[in-house]
Amino acid sequence: MVRGLLWILAAVLLGGIVHLSTVLAMPQAAKQDAYSRLASLSPVNAMEPLASTKAGAEIMPFMDPAFATAVCRYDLSGGPLKLTAPVSQAYTSVTFYTRRSVAFYAINDRAAGRRTIELDLMTAAQHAQVPEDEEVTAADRLIIESPTTMGLIVLRALAPEPSLMPMARQALAAATCRIQPQ
Amino acid sequence: MRLLFGSCFTLLIAAALGLGATWFTLTRGVAFGALSIGAWKAWPKSGSADIDPYARAMVARTGELPTGMGDGVAFYARTDKAGNVFDGRCTFAVSGMTPAARYWTVTLYTPEGRLVPNTIDRYGFTSEEIVRDNDGRFTITVAPLARPGNWLPTGGIEQFVLVWRLYDTAIGVATRTAKEGPMPVIERKGC
Repeated sequence: MVRGLLWILAAVLLGGIVHLSTVLAMPQAAKQDAYSRLASLSPVNAMEPLASTKAGAEIMPFMDPAFATAVCRYDLSGGPLKLTAPVSQAYTSVTFYTRRSVAFYAINDRAAGRRTIELDLMTAAQHAQVPEDEEVTAADRLIIESPTTMGLIVLRALAPEPSLMPMARQALAAATCRIQPQ
Repeated sequence: MRLLFGSCFTLLIAAALGLGATWFTLTRGVAFGALSIGAWKAWPKSGSADIDPYARAMVARTGELPTGMGDGVAFYARTDKAGNVFDGRCTFAVSGMTPAARYWTVTLYTPEGRLVPNTIDRYGFTSEEIVRDNDGRFTITVAPLARPGNWLPTGGIEQFVLVWRLYDTAIGVATRTAKEGPMPVIERKGC
């Protein structure tokens, strides 16, 4: 009786370990995550506007169809990246995701406070190499540290009405993301 | 012999329990730190580096990109206020007020996050295009057949999900109660 209970206890404990390890391994094992879905649609270190979100043509689940979207799949191994995005008339936001879809930073046009959103994305090691005086002189320069070398930048522009979608798409078309060798 | 039998039994049960629990939590959408306002639920932390391991696994599995915390917050509803699951063959009314935000959008999805095709290409509303009454309130009628006013077509699908996204808002991890963020009330009107 006691022995049977011990076996069951062992099974439950082991089951807990299996559960936790599969949950933790899922981001690495997932084949259909956002980055993989975008890999065939967008080049590395360049801004790529996505087709508008329509029924039957969604690239990712739960995308907001009121927004025009552009993505930049980045790889910082060649140096820091410079992102420039003109803001649209309504609302524009930039969200940074790691290779495993963790949104580590997001900013909207109002928080960026200018007519163009300008950001420098770099790894912690690259940030450490930026000369201090340069960082001071460029006080309005926004530096974002990426926890991973690879990831996604997603630029979204709102079309408050469907008829304004071309305008939102136009604003995104002028956005760039480029590697700036150090 | 008894030892062998016992360990095989233990391993089998452990695998079934562990994988079963993983499958259950990832398909049901179990995530910690949900902010509930009426029938609406949001996970503001999922849009930051503090995302919990369950939400991370779920996001990786489905392939979605969570709304970033500096961008906005997304509220999900799968039932009305009485707990009736959203059935696309029924009529639901979504009315009332929203928390302060620069813009909001509401979108109807299948449970898998796909848009529902319809003849007028209407997948949702934005705060700018919604028709309001004199005191600024609005009612959205979610129904399979065309309705006057703000009609959101369901396409008659078996089950749907509504997602309310607030952009540039103070609602987030610090929000605790419905008083800080009054969300629209959802009621089933008929089937």
